[in-house]
Amino acid sequence: MKLINSYRSLRPEEGPLQSAHRILPFVGLAILTIVFAATSRADAAAVSNSAVEAKLAYCQDCHGPLGQGYRGFFPIPRLAGQQIEYLDNQLRAFVERRRPNPIMSNVAHVLSPDMITALATKFRDFNPKPLGGGPKELVAKGERIFQDGVPEANVAACAACHGPKALGYEQIPRLAGQLYPYLIKELTNWSKERGQNPAKPDTSFIMAPVAHSLTRPQVEAVAAYLSDLK
Amino acid sequence: MKYIWLKIAAAAAVSLAVSSAAVHAESAAIRNCTWCHSGSAQGYTPAPRLAGQHPKYIEKQLVNFREHTRDGPFSKQYMWGAAAHLSAGAARSLAIYFSTIPPKAANDGDREVVATGREIYQVGVPDSNIAACVACHGPNAQGVGEIPRLGGLAYTYLKRRLEQWGQGYHAAAGPPMPHIASQLSLNQIAALASYLSFVK
Repeated sequence: MKLINSYRSLRPEEGPLQSAHRILPFVGLAILTIVFAATSRADAAAVSNSAVEAKLAYCQDCHGPLGQGYRGFFPIPRLAGQQIEYLDNQLRAFVERRRPNPIMSNVAHVLSPDMITALATKFRDFNPKPLGGGPKELVAKGERIFQDGVPEANVAACAACHGPKALGYEQIPRLAGQLYPYLIKELTNWSKERGQNPAKPDTSFIMAPVAHSLTRPQVEAVAAYLSDLK
Repeated sequence: MKYIWLKIAAAAAVSLAVSSAAVHAESAAIRNCTWCHSGSAQGYTPAPRLAGQHPKYIEKQLVNFREHTRDGPFSKQYMWGAAAHLSAGAARSLAIYFSTIPPKAANDGDREVVATGREIYQVGVPDSNIAACVACHGPNAQGVGEIPRLGGLAYTYLKRRLEQWGQGYHAAAGPPMPHIASQLSLNQIAALASYLSFVK
């Protein structure tokens, strides 16, 4: 919550954030509920090792043997080192149509809460090298945007929420080492891919103004910086 | 019966294509390929269609044949020799040549299992930990880069390759195909191969 509050104070005059002000306590409550639920799940591990290993191998088929991500026809995101709370929230987002995605919604439908915790823990503990592949000449510009924001466009520093090393925090995802084309796809499609179920508002609204304010070259620069970040 | 008609159709395709491809037939290297892959490069059992395949994929397979990491019985019998003395430059120009020929769908699968195959291809079978092919091969099975186009390849070729992955052939290719294919039952393979044979 501290990170979200500091983010809000950076842009107090914006319309969306006034409504954000009203929603934020509920978001906080939701995060607390998730954290509490995740903790109680870990206590009652009701899923066999062999089932976890079989499901993990299935995840690795697409996301890579060490969760490093894969450049298929679609960019398949890195899961290695990802926040457990973020993965949990996204898997539920696929089921709840907050993130419409026929493949992942099918995948997530059959995962029990215990299985999600077990898989998310496995992926958090992988630490492969980033796949990289972003244009090197954009890295310095991307680093400036990530660490300092774009003051003239009223874009806050990404580091304020995602952390100075882009490791994320609970529901805020790790971005370090994420695939270059995946980052570009998400940032340029934010309001078409995230928070798509009006009946179930989620934390993705926090990113919408940032994603809209960044220009395409700025998105590419940030993606280039993050895609090679260990 | 199906194979007889297939052979007749393929023979007709060869004779039709020979005249239009005559200009390219000057190249001995191309003719060495088209002996088996057919004059129009649309494939001829058991040799797969090369027309419209991604050049990076073709190049990589030629390297795999040369290095014997692609080790199926037909690969060993035909392609190890064919690729043995191919220079990198020759492999690239052949790959580019075949990639530019418009591909035709084989349309030779079993129509009754197409819907099952489409379901497996597009969304996978999460209960059995079978990944969705679409994520890497694309919504129209068009492939990209080193990931092959599968749409419209011949039923027998697709079926054989999917079975071979699960039998341990081409294991040196590394993840993910050996694991993915080994999760598929023979019926699921037949359904996938049928579906893909009709994809344009």
